[in-house]
Amino acid sequence: MSFKKLLTAGVLGATLAAPVFADTTKVGFVYIGPVGDHGWTYTHDLARIALEEEFGDAIETSYVENVAYGADAERVMTQMALSGTDLIFATSFGYGPDMNTVAARFPNVAFEHATGYIQETDNVSLYNARFYEGRAVIGHIAGKMTQTNKVGYIASFPIPEVIMGINSAYLHAKAVNPDVEFNVVWAYSWYDPAQEAAAAEALIEQGADIIMQHTDSTAPLTVAQDAGIFAFGQASDMSAFAPQSHLTGILDVWAPYYIERVQAVIDGTWEAGDVWHGIVDGMVGFAPFSDTIPEDVRAEAEDMIAAIAAGEYHPFTGPINKQDGTPWLADGEVASDGDLLTMDFYVEGITSDIPN
Amino acid sequence: MIRLEKRKEPSKFWRIANPFLAVVLTMLAGAVMFAMLGKDPVVAIRLIFFDPIFSDTFGSYSRPQLLIKSAPLILIAVGLAVGFKANIWNIGAEGQYIMGALFGAGVALAFFPAPGWYIFPLMVLAGAFGGFLWAMIPAILKTRFNTNEILVSLLLVYVAEKILAAMALGVMRNPDIAGFPGSRDLRRYEAAHNAELFANTGIHWGVVAALIAVIFAYVMMTRHMLGFHVQLAGQAPRAARFAGVSPARLVVICLGISGALAGLAGMFEVSGPGGQVRIEFATGYGFTAIIVAFLGRLNPIGIVLAGLLLGLTYIGGELGQMILQLPGAAIQVFQGMLLFFLLALDFQTNYRLRLSKGVRT
Repeated sequence: MSFKKLLTAGVLGATLAAPVFADTTKVGFVYIGPVGDHGWTYTHDLARIALEEEFGDAIETSYVENVAYGADAERVMTQMALSGTDLIFATSFGYGPDMNTVAARFPNVAFEHATGYIQETDNVSLYNARFYEGRAVIGHIAGKMTQTNKVGYIASFPIPEVIMGINSAYLHAKAVNPDVEFNVVWAYSWYDPAQEAAAAEALIEQGADIIMQHTDSTAPLTVAQDAGIFAFGQASDMSAFAPQSHLTGILDVWAPYYIERVQAVIDGTWEAGDVWHGIVDGMVGFAPFSDTIPEDVRAEAEDMIAAIAAGEYHPFTGPINKQDGTPWLADGEVASDGDLLTMDFYVEGITSDIPN
Repeated sequence: MIRLEKRKEPSKFWRIANPFLAVVLTMLAGAVMFAMLGKDPVVAIRLIFFDPIFSDTFGSYSRPQLLIKSAPLILIAVGLAVGFKANIWNIGAEGQYIMGALFGAGVALAFFPAPGWYIFPLMVLAGAFGGFLWAMIPAILKTRFNTNEILVSLLLVYVAEKILAAMALGVMRNPDIAGFPGSRDLRRYEAAHNAELFANTGIHWGVVAALIAVIFAYVMMTRHMLGFHVQLAGQAPRAARFAGVSPARLVVICLGISGALAGLAGMFEVSGPGGQVRIEFATGYGFTAIIVAFLGRLNPIGIVLAGLLLGLTYIGGELGQMILQLPGAAIQVFQGMLLFFLLALDFQTNYRLRLSKGVRT
């Protein structure tokens, strides 16, 4: 950044940031999808509603849906800051550059970025959930329950978050079923019901009798329901969309963290942080287990959840080799967070390639 | 008994009046919709149409944003309108926009991190060339094999999107950030950054280019032989052939111009407001520009007004969501109404309603 630009940003920031503090605390949300997706965005909006219930008139919340990365996100966040918002949650990883640009202009506004990785100013906070813990559990269930030994996986984008989910689910399916195979289809979207449904159909045609998804719509579940096979939901309890097919699903539970952060802003103690919460913190949960899951499988899954929560078991514990056969984790070795957050390889046994 | 009667000539008055009438009808119908959603309709309409420009809180920020949002729409729509006048239907501007961005960004990333005044002009040329090249596929398929340019150009959008994803994940991926798709941020590479020319005005090179394109298109359509040929081919293809207009040449020229302008728009976006090549880079400017072209009556000046109006509904729509909690879908319905009412009203440009006595036999 040139000196001139710094100066402009500074002057702009000083003039724009003046009238921020009022009696009610304003909290803004920037969503990548529609609040009705029943997936990712829906769960963030549930947490927003939980905030309103928790704090009542002490806060005011607002949100904008379907905000594209780039210029649109920058504009929406700037308008929120201009309208006196004290705390802005942006809930998709691609908002990073935009949020940091806006944060530099509004030093008095607190910014929270879900699944982000860029932190250039001290008013940008990062938070994320250890969804791979949940993937381990549903991987275990899938490995036990598949008859065709083929699990279909609908992935969104080839980023570490998604790749680590595939690896975690595969490792735990493989541990209980050495013959299991994973078929991965990339949708290149977080929310595209038509494409997700087409992906599910293709996977079923290839013999999958259990579908997992890392996309947000309920379309794969309804396809699974029609085909008479099993599937796992995503983000929220989607059982109502496929009562017979829905086994369980990983829940995104944001409310406890949001309540804590809003409270900090109200108290004036908010500071930028970088957290990665898991089952133990309550950020990763599970939809009710279906009755179709056999009793012993259910007990094993619940034991695994308890062990992960107690810190006795880490889903990425060696020995684990990379796809090409080179060793990654030695016997008993546990993956570091840094390794997981930059994961760009499949583990041994997965036959397809990560698109590049 | 109400009867329809075809006008001898399309009504000039309604051609001009209909867009304004469509805006008014959209406001009224939108107000009803917002009221049904339980929101104050007056506040909603004010938020969408007036606050982005006149509000004390937002105005100074959103006025420049209006230019940033409208410039690509205008730049693309001006090119499309030339083709539409000649009955040549380029529906795939979104794809040409993507290819322009990729070509432009490709030049920037190839030079990174070298400084140099010549890098940005090269990117401009590359961007226009990328869009031109992508538009030449439907053009040549049409002139050689008589394929339908509507289908070919539209389907090439999806091909361009796949290439965009492949680039963001592969060749153009930022090597400094492990594991994430997306190129380097061009806004942080001085030689390639399409920055604001004057601080806080929103005026970047794309806005200047849109202005130049509008003037150029206006002069061409009203003063130049090519403009005459375009109009002739659109209105009387047989007469055009007798006048020596080569249909094949016209197809190549019209698709070429619109492709190059769409490519330019993509290049200015990726090096400025968009910032980087990412999988989700294309947000529909190429499709919205079709609405802008028609709303602007395929006239360059009209397109400027239409582009600004649509830009306004985007920015105002965000304010409406933020402040009134209008659903995002309601804003999209609202924008859709605009085209719906315009097309419905255009009926009376060519027809008139007549009250007639007696029963028709």
